Amino acid sequence: MNLLGKRYLFFAISAIVILPGLIILASGGLPLSIDFTGGSLLEVTFTGTTPQPAEVLAVYENANIRDATVQTTETGGIIIRSEFLDNDKRDALLSTMSETFGETTIQRFDSVGPSIGEQVTSRAAMAVTVSSLLVVLYIAFSFRGVKGAYRYGISAILAMIHDVALIFSISAVGGLLFGWEIDSLFLTALLTVIGFSMQDSIVVFDRIRENSNSLRRLDYETLVNHSIVQTLQRSINTQLMTVEFLLLALAFFGGVTLRQFVVVLLVGLMSGTYSSIFIAAPVLVVWEGKEWKTWFKKKATA
Amino acid sequence: MIKRQNTRLVVIAFVVLFALWVDLSDTLLITNPFNGNVIYERNVKPQLGLDLRGGLQVLLEADLAADVEVTADSMEVARSVIENRTNALGVAENVVQIAGDRRIVGEFPGLEDTEGVINTIQQTGLLEFVDVGNTPMAAGTILVTDYGLSDAAMAELQNVPEGEVAPIVYSTIMTGGDLSDVYVSQDQVGGFQIAFALTDAGSEIFGTYTSQNINKYLAIVLDKVVISAPRIQSAITGGSGVITGQFDYESANNLAIQLRYGSLPIPLKIVESRIIGPTLGEDSLQRSMKAGLVGMIIVVLFMGIYYRLPGIAADISILLYAAIAFAIFKFIGVTLTLPGIAGFMLSTGSALDANILVFERLKEELRKGRTLKQAFDMAWSRAWSSIRDSNAAVLITAAILFWFGSAFGATIVKGFAITLALGVLISLFSALYITNTLLATALDKLNIKNYERWFGI
Repeated sequence: MNLLGKRYLFFAISAIVILPGLIILASGGLPLSIDFTGGSLLEVTFTGTTPQPAEVLAVYENANIRDATVQTTETGGIIIRSEFLDNDKRDALLSTMSETFGETTIQRFDSVGPSIGEQVTSRAAMAVTVSSLLVVLYIAFSFRGVKGAYRYGISAILAMIHDVALIFSISAVGGLLFGWEIDSLFLTALLTVIGFSMQDSIVVFDRIRENSNSLRRLDYETLVNHSIVQTLQRSINTQLMTVEFLLLALAFFGGVTLRQFVVVLLVGLMSGTYSSIFIAAPVLVVWEGKEWKTWFKKKATA
Repeated sequence: MIKRQNTRLVVIAFVVLFALWVDLSDTLLITNPFNGNVIYERNVKPQLGLDLRGGLQVLLEADLAADVEVTADSMEVARSVIENRTNALGVAENVVQIAGDRRIVGEFPGLEDTEGVINTIQQTGLLEFVDVGNTPMAAGTILVTDYGLSDAAMAELQNVPEGEVAPIVYSTIMTGGDLSDVYVSQDQVGGFQIAFALTDAGSEIFGTYTSQNINKYLAIVLDKVVISAPRIQSAITGGSGVITGQFDYESANNLAIQLRYGSLPIPLKIVESRIIGPTLGEDSLQRSMKAGLVGMIIVVLFMGIYYRLPGIAADISILLYAAIAFAIFKFIGVTLTLPGIAGFMLSTGSALDANILVFERLKEELRKGRTLKQAFDMAWSRAWSSIRDSNAAVLITAAILFWFGSAFGATIVKGFAITLALGVLISLFSALYITNTLLATALDKLNIKNYERWFGI
C-alpha cells in the first residue's frame, strides 16, 4: 500500500475541508461565549406556557439591559444572554418574568465580569502555546538518537495545527448553523485534541524510529510508508473503533449540555489520527527530500 | 514469558479487592476487633460537581486596583472567613478555594437559597480606621476612603461637573487586618464597648498616628459606614483600644464576632456566578451514566470479537481499570463533573490504545513466525516506547489544563484534567500489568496451537 505517493493529494484534501470554515471564521462567524467576553446567561423554565422570545426580550428592554438575545431550548426553556448582571438585577428580572409569565425557575445562571473574560482569553492562548511547546520539547528529547530529531517535533506540531484549524473550522460552521459558541469547554476539547493528536503522531514516529534502526537499506520514503502501514491497524482500531465509540455514545445519550463539546472532540480526535498518517509523516518525507526546491520548477514545466 | 505470575495475580487481586471495597462503601472504617476502637475512618462518598447535582458557584476577586499587591496570607484569611461565614449557614459540603493570585472560588452544591449565600459572602465586614482630621463624624455617615482605590478611580471621583463639590476622599490608616483580638467589654458606667488588641505592626502604625494627631478625630468605619468617631485624647501606644458607640450587649457582641472572624483583610467583589438548577444536573448525570455504559459495552464486545483471547484479557483488565479508577476518584475525593466523565472516557480510550498497540504487535510477530513466547515478550517490550511517549504527551497537556483551571476557578476544566491524568496513569498499570499477567496466565494454562482461532490473525 503506497500512501505517501499521493501526499500532495492528501494535503489538498485537508485544505479543502479546512478552508471553508476558516473563511467563515475570518468573516467574523464564530461568537465567543460569555466565558471570554464577559456577560451573563440566564436559562429559565416556566410552569405555564413558555412565552415567545420577543416577550422575554421586551422584559429585558424595559429593564434597560443591553445586548439581550433569546434562544429557546429543546426542553421548553429559554436562554437569555445579555450584558453582565449582578444579583439585584437578576432578581428584578426574575420577579418581572414571574409576574408576567407565571412561575419562573432558574435552571442555569452564569455571570462573568468583563475583566475575567479578557484574562481567560489571554491565559487560554498561553495554555495552548505552552502545552504544545512542552510536547515538542518532549518529542525532540525522546527522539534525540534519530537524525533530525527536531523535525519530528515540528511535524507533529504541523499535524496538530491542522487538527486545531479543523476544529475551529467545524466550530465556525456549527456557529453558523446551530449557534455554537467558543466557551471554556471548547477550550478543554481543544487542549485534549492537541494531546491526543500528539499521541497519534508519536505512535507513527515511534515505528519510524524503530524501523530506521533495523531497515537502514530502505530509502526514507519507503521506510516511512512502511511504518505507516504497520501502525495503520492500530490507528484505525484505537481511534475509529474505541475512542469514537465512547464519544458517539456520549454524543447520543449525553444530553445537550455536552453535545458541542463531544462533537468537537469527535472531529478533533478523528482528525488527529488522520493527520498523524496523512500530514505528520508526509511532512517528514517532504522535509527529508527538501521537496520545496522542486515545487515551483514543476509548475514551470507543467 | 512472565516470572512470578502467581505473585502478580495476588497483587492484582489485592488491588482489585481494595478498589471494590472503596467502590461499594460510603465510608471506610477499620475497627480494632478486640475493643472496637476506630483505627481508620475515611469518607469516600462520591462527590458530584455542581453540573451534576445543581448548586451555586461564585468567583470572587480582590476589589483592589490591579497594581495593589495582594499577599497570599490575606487571601488565605479571606478564604477561611468566607468558609466560616457560609458554614454558619448550615450548607453542607461547601468548597471554598483560592484560585490564582487574587480570586476565591466558592461552590455550594444542592443549594436552593442562593440569595442567602451571596448576601452572606457580600457582608464584607471591612473595618477601617480613617483619618477624618478635625471633622467630627456622626455614626451612620457614609465615607469615601482611599483604601484600595486606584489613581484612576480617584481621578474620576474628583472629576465632577462645575458647581458640584467633589466628594472628600479620606485616608485609611489601617484595616481590620491589623487586629489581633476583639472582645466586648464594659465601661465605668456599665455601657458596652468593643475592646481590641493590635498586632505588632498595627500597634506601631496606631501609636505613631495617634501621637501625631492628638485632639483630632479618628473614624472607625465598617463597610464604609462610620460606627464611631472618637477624638484622640492621647497617644495610644500600648497596642490596644476600645470602640465606643450606642451598643447594647447583642449589637456589641455581633460586631465583635464580625470583626474577629469576619473582618476580611481585603475587599472582595463577585466577578462571576453560576447557578445550575437541580433538575438539569440530575438529568445530565443520568444521561452521561447511560452513555458511559453503552459506550463500554460496545467497546468490550469489539475488543473480544476482534482480538479474541487477548481481547478478552483486555476486557477484564478494562473493567478492573474502571473499578480501580472509580475507587481512586472516591478515595482522594475527585469531584466528578460532566467533562470529568468525558475525561475518564477518553482515558479509557487511552487504556484500550495501549492494549491495542501491544496486540497488533503480538499478531505481527506471530505472523512473522515467531514462537508464542517470543512474540509475547517482544510485543510488550516493543510497544512500550510508543505507549510511554504518547501517554507522556497527554499527561503534559493534562498538567497545563489543570494549571489553567486552577488559576480561574474553572473547576470544570480542572475536573477534566484530573480525571484524564489519573485515568492515563491507571490505564498504564492496567495495560502493562493486568492485561499482561492475565494473558500470560491464560496462555500457560491453555497450550494454544491454533493461532488463527485464538488471536484472530
